[in-house]
Order: sequence, then C-alpha cells, then structure tokens
Amino acid sequence: MDLSAINPVLLIASLMVAATPILLAGIGELVAEKSGVLNLGVEGMMIVGAISGFAVAVETGSPFLGFVAAAIGGAALSLLFVLLTQVALANQVASGLALTLFGLGLSALMGQNYVGIKPPPTGRLDIPLLGDIPVIGPMLFNHDIVLYLGIALVAVVWATLKFTRAGLILRAVGESHDAAHALGYKVVRIRILAILFGGACAGLGGAYISLVRVPQWTEGMTAGVGWIALALVVFASWKPWRVLLGAYLFGGITVLQLNLQAAGVAIPVEYLAMSPYLITILVLVILSKDKSNAPASLGRTFHASH
Amino acid sequence: MTVPLLSLQGLTKAYPGVIANNNVSFDIGVGQVHALLGENGAGKSTLVKMIYGLVKPDSGTMLLNGRTYAPPEPRAARADGIAMVFQHFSLFDALNVAENIALGMESPPAMRDLAARIRDVSETYGLPLDPYRTVGDLSAGERQRVEIIRCLLQDPKLLIMDEPTSVLTPQEVDILFQTLRKLKSEGTAILYISHKLEEIRTLCDHATVLRLGENVGECIPAETSARDMAELMVGSALKPPERAGRELGEVALDISGLSVPSPSDFGTALRNIHMTVRQGEVLGIGGVAGNGQDELLSVLSGEVTTAADAVKLAGRPVGDLGPTARRRLGLLTAPEERLGHAAAPDMSLTENAMLTGSVRENLVSNGFLKWRDAENFAKRIITDFDVRTPGPDNAARSLSGGNLQKFVIGREVLQRPDVLVVNQPTWGVDASAAAAIRQSILDLAANGAAVVCISQDLDELMEISDRFAALNEGRLSTPRDTAGLTIDEIGLMMGGAHGMEVAHV
Repeated sequence: MDLSAINPVLLIASLMVAATPILLAGIGELVAEKSGVLNLGVEGMMIVGAISGFAVAVETGSPFLGFVAAAIGGAALSLLFVLLTQVALANQVASGLALTLFGLGLSALMGQNYVGIKPPPTGRLDIPLLGDIPVIGPMLFNHDIVLYLGIALVAVVWATLKFTRAGLILRAVGESHDAAHALGYKVVRIRILAILFGGACAGLGGAYISLVRVPQWTEGMTAGVGWIALALVVFASWKPWRVLLGAYLFGGITVLQLNLQAAGVAIPVEYLAMSPYLITILVLVILSKDKSNAPASLGRTFHASH
Repeated sequence: MTVPLLSLQGLTKAYPGVIANNNVSFDIGVGQVHALLGENGAGKSTLVKMIYGLVKPDSGTMLLNGRTYAPPEPRAARADGIAMVFQHFSLFDALNVAENIALGMESPPAMRDLAARIRDVSETYGLPLDPYRTVGDLSAGERQRVEIIRCLLQDPKLLIMDEPTSVLTPQEVDILFQTLRKLKSEGTAILYISHKLEEIRTLCDHATVLRLGENVGECIPAETSARDMAELMVGSALKPPERAGRELGEVALDISGLSVPSPSDFGTALRNIHMTVRQGEVLGIGGVAGNGQDELLSVLSGEVTTAADAVKLAGRPVGDLGPTARRRLGLLTAPEERLGHAAAPDMSLTENAMLTGSVRENLVSNGFLKWRDAENFAKRIITDFDVRTPGPDNAARSLSGGNLQKFVIGREVLQRPDVLVVNQPTWGVDASAAAAIRQSILDLAANGAAVVCISQDLDELMEISDRFAALNEGRLSTPRDTAGLTIDEIGLMMGGAHGMEVAHV
C-alpha cells in the first residue's frame, strides 16, 4: 500500500471533472422537478446527449459545437417526454422509464460508426494570474469552460428561483398547479420549458462524459450517472447548492476510491466501489432530515378542468 | 337609473351532457353587495368563472361600466378591476404570504415594498397579517385574509367571494363582514356566493337565485325570509327533518381521558377527550376543520388504536380493537372523504358495499365472496336511500358527490349499528338530499342507536343533535344541550376568533 502515490492536487482536479456530469444533469432535473415534473428519463437524455455531442464534435472538429449539439439532442429527446406527459397526459413515471430505455437504444444506433474514435480535445481555459497560483491554480483554475459553466449554472438557478419573478412562478406551478392555473398562469407551457431545460442540461452532462471525462464513445457509457443525478436532487432537498455539494462529494469519493484501489488498500474492491453511493446518500439523508420540501405537485398530471 | 357596474346579459355555458348556465342575466351596481344563491350544481361557480375569465361563455354578453367586457383570461379580468377570493383557497403552502400575493399581481413591486404595502392594507382593513410567514402554517381564517389582501392590493371595483365563510368560526365571520362593509362604503361592489341564508340576509343588498343553471328569481334578502329563499333555491317546499320524542337508554359509547398524539406532521393531537353518548341520542361535534375531527374519527373507527379502556362500547373496552372487530360489535363509521376514504373510487358499488358490510351483512363465507348477497345489499342501499345510479355495477367514482354520500351513509345505516359515527354527512350535498340523510340519522337514533355526528355545518348540528360539543385544537368542550344554545356560545366553544386580532375598522 502506498498512499503517497495519491496526489492531492490531481485528486481535487479530477474530482471536479468526475462531478460535473452529475452536477449538470442534477441541476437540470432540479428545475424540472421544481416545476412539478418528475422526469425519470435523465439517463436516456444524458446518453443521447453524449452521442450527439460526440458525433458532432468528431464531424466538425469543434468540441464547442459538440456541446451545443448535446444540449439540443438532450432537449429533443425530452420533447418526447413533453409529448407524452404534457400533451397526452401519460403517467410521468412510466414515460420517464420509457425515455431512458428509448434513449439507450437510440444512442447505440446513432453511435455505431463512432466506436474507437478519439474526439477533438476540449481546450482548457488558461486563466491568467489565478491559474498561476501554485497548488490552487492547477487544482481549481485549470479546467475546461463547461466545468465552470456547471458551477455558474448552479448559481444562476439558485438566484433565479430565489430572487426573480420567473423563479417564483416556476415554484408556484410546482407547488400547486391548480392554484397557479386559477391565477391565470400557463402551467403546461412553464412545465414544457422546464422539461426542455432539464433535457438540455442532461445532454450537456452526457457530452461531458464522452468528450472530456472519458474521451471516447462506448455503448451505455453513462453507466447510471443519470440515476445518481436523480437521487441527488431528492437527497439535496431540491436545493441547488446541495446538488453541487452532493455531486462533488460523489465525484470526490469516486476518484478517491479509484486512487485507493490503485494504491492497493486492503479493503475489498467491491466495498470501495460501493462507497461513493453509500457515503453520498448517507450525508445527504442527514442533511435533508430537517424536512422534506418536495414540490407538492411533483409527479402529478395537470389537467385543466373547466 | 345609473349604469350598473357589471351587467350580465343572457350568459349561457354548456358542458357535454349538462347546461351549467342557461340564459342568465342580472346587474351588479357600484358599491352593491350582491348575493348569488343556489344549491350545489346550480351553476354558481361556472358563472363567476366566466366573469373572472377562467371560462368563456358559449353565448351572451357582459358589460362593464356600459362597455363590452369579455376577458380572455383572469389576467385581463384583474386588469379591469375584478378580483376573486376562491372557495378552495388558491394559495401555495410552501411559499410565504408576500410571495403568494406577488403571484396574484401583474407587476408586483420589489418584495420589501410589497411587504410594507401588505402591512399597510392589512391594518387599514382590520386584517393583521405578517408578510413573511409561510402560508402552510396559517389558520384557515388567516389564509383567507391572504386571499382578500391579494385582491385588495389591486383596488378592485368588484370583489367576487366564493363561499368565504364555510371555514370560519362565527367570530371570524363577524370580522370578515366588518371588512366587507368597509369595502362597500368605499364603493367596491361585492358578488357574494353562499348558501348560508342568514348570512346573506345580514350582509347583502340584493340576491339572485340560480337553480339548475337558470336565474329563477331575485329578491332583497333583508325583506325576504330565509325559508322563502330556500324554497326558491330548491324549487319546492322543504320538509324539515322530524324529531320524534325519544327515550334515552343506556350509555352506548364512553370515551374517557383519551389522548392521542398527532398521526402526521400536519395533524392535530387529541388531548384528554371525555364524552358519553347514550342510546337514542345524537351528539353533534362542531369546530373549524383541522381541529382534530379526522383524528377523532379514526380513533372511533379503530384506524388508530389506543389503550383498551379509553374507548368503551356499551361498557366493553374496545380501544385496542381494529375497525373490523369494532364493526362486529356494532360500532360503525362513515368518514368524511367520500372518494378514497369512505369508498374506493374505481370499485363498483357492490364491491364498496362488500368492503364495510361483509361482517355484519354476512357477505363472506370461508373467505369466499357472496356476490349475489352483496349485490342485493347494494341494491337495497340504492333503493332505500334514493341513490341515482344506473345500477350497482357502476364505479363509485361515476356517482355525483351527493349520490355517493347517500350511498356511503346508507351503507352504514342499513347495517343496523348500535353506535354510528359520521363525519360531515352532508358535505357538498344539495338541500333535499341533505334533508334525507339527516332524516335517516334521526330515524336511526329513534330506533335506539347512538349517533356521533361530526360536522362543520352548525345549522345541521343544531337541527339534528341533542347535545353539542366543539373540537378546538384537539380538545373537546363539555357537551351541552342543544336547546337554548346561542350562536355566540357556540362560537366561544369553537375557540372564539382563534386568537386572531379583532378588526379595528
């Protein structure tokens, strides 16, 4: 066992990379759930985003266009969820599961010709001054722009929900769609926008895996990250900063346990492999025990009665 | 004559299978308190939804100050000075007062300014309210204040109030009426929807009566007797339930020192409840919703078990028995919520009859269902209680509220209970069906059963019960004889104004 092989600078830097896909997908799902929609299709939207982004990045040579395409791909798949749940008033749980299964299959089809190809590298930001600080510089300020976008998105979502009228209306729709409707708000329209936002974020998160974290395409490569993001939103009590905390905690322990495995710690690999899930859930359960503030209309189908 | 504020001319609205409003016309003058009367299903709600822009009329026109008025959505109605306080509050529990109010405004000021204005207006009209409290923690009376203040901040010319007093104690009603009178004196017109006739007689200048979607007459409430208005509403002479003089027998139900912690976060704990009910007696239990009614019912039905001695049925401890065992011993209950608690919505009436009747009506043998007997039992309920349905094979959900209520009550009454506990037996039921249900409860008592009737309808309790007690925050007041009880005394038993500050108007 050689713990000195673990480099704390690299550890934290790779922790942030590992956490970003969950963070992006989680913050998108948080917005959707705040509007009262439970979309279990996160995994499907992520993987479709992953292949859309990968394919476009490879074809155009531009990772930026890849991420744009990933957001569009994720949002496009969520449009199917919109159609099912907001137009046809189908059950949200069943529709979400269907979306995940459909997304996994669709991405495999789309990705047939992309296996074994390397995508163009995503450039890292070269932040002057900050990036030159020893230790902290390479740890925090030497990443690609999407990672910072993820953190900025958390701040923006938090501020929007807390301080703006648009955020208030979104929360109101998620709290009681009947009351919001009675006040004349367009419940369905607001929910559709929230679902599309969630889809775009999940798509970005998926592309972050295929373009940055594991720069390649393999079938089913999101490997359950979408489900983690879903669970994270619940355990974070629908609070944006807690989603960030949970994502970093999960990413951190994932990276740490990989390092520990490599260092040959005398704990069976299986225990190490399950530790991120256990610890993240445990911490967030303890945090969320104050009271569960799920949006009251979460998962309920809205049907405008006369 | 001056131009009326709002003039409705020939409004008609039909839904598939039912005409909600048929050619309704009337005028509301400036500063007039106008009552809209009618039974459930008479079309009151549809009519006000048309005025508020939630529903578009099929034909007919509205004139506001003489100009055509056809709001495409509530936003437009609010912009034209029409505000509405909803019957089922349209509030968001998880948000605070100021946020709730901001949601009802077109372009709300910054939160801090809004909070200051809320304080201002709420004090001017004698409705004190803290803008930063979470709405979920407010009492029913305070939540209504939120709605009213939300409306007042828009300087409405017409305020629509849909059954505003159904959740208030008599003292809270007084506070509300003072506020409404002040509004009227400032020139605001009020369209007041209710079926409580005495209220309308004290408050309103003019009344329009709807029956089956049609305007069947107008009157000046102060000059018309409540009985005449009721007959106008129902369309036929009302027969008040008859109370046969009856002998009270042994103590049938005895509860002593019953305390139960709240079963959920938002429930009410029951505290040290004592009550006895004798054979042939009807005990009425009043109180504002959410003061322990549901909890008391579940303790009596056996859904929540207690120490065996806390609940005694004819001297026998039953506190630790579940619902089925209690049914076998003759203690039957009919809970408030029809769909979901008293009846399984998607099951047929026969199946629903079987669900509570299996023990006493002997509808099960060796674990197998006796379908034919169950169906006969369901048919008997349908004929005896005049339940309007094509047959016992229909799902409970397909029945109208009043019909399902008759079925649910009838199902228990026909099982010949020794003690019957009912919660809100006539909630949402039209006047004639309500009278039938009350009569059946009285008949049951006349045959020697003890009845506990939990209700929020004070008139109903005064009509059928021998003794009255009120639940207030989980405590039960000492039961008193109904005869000679005044409305003020009842209000005090219900907890007065619930600690709300009295209006300083």
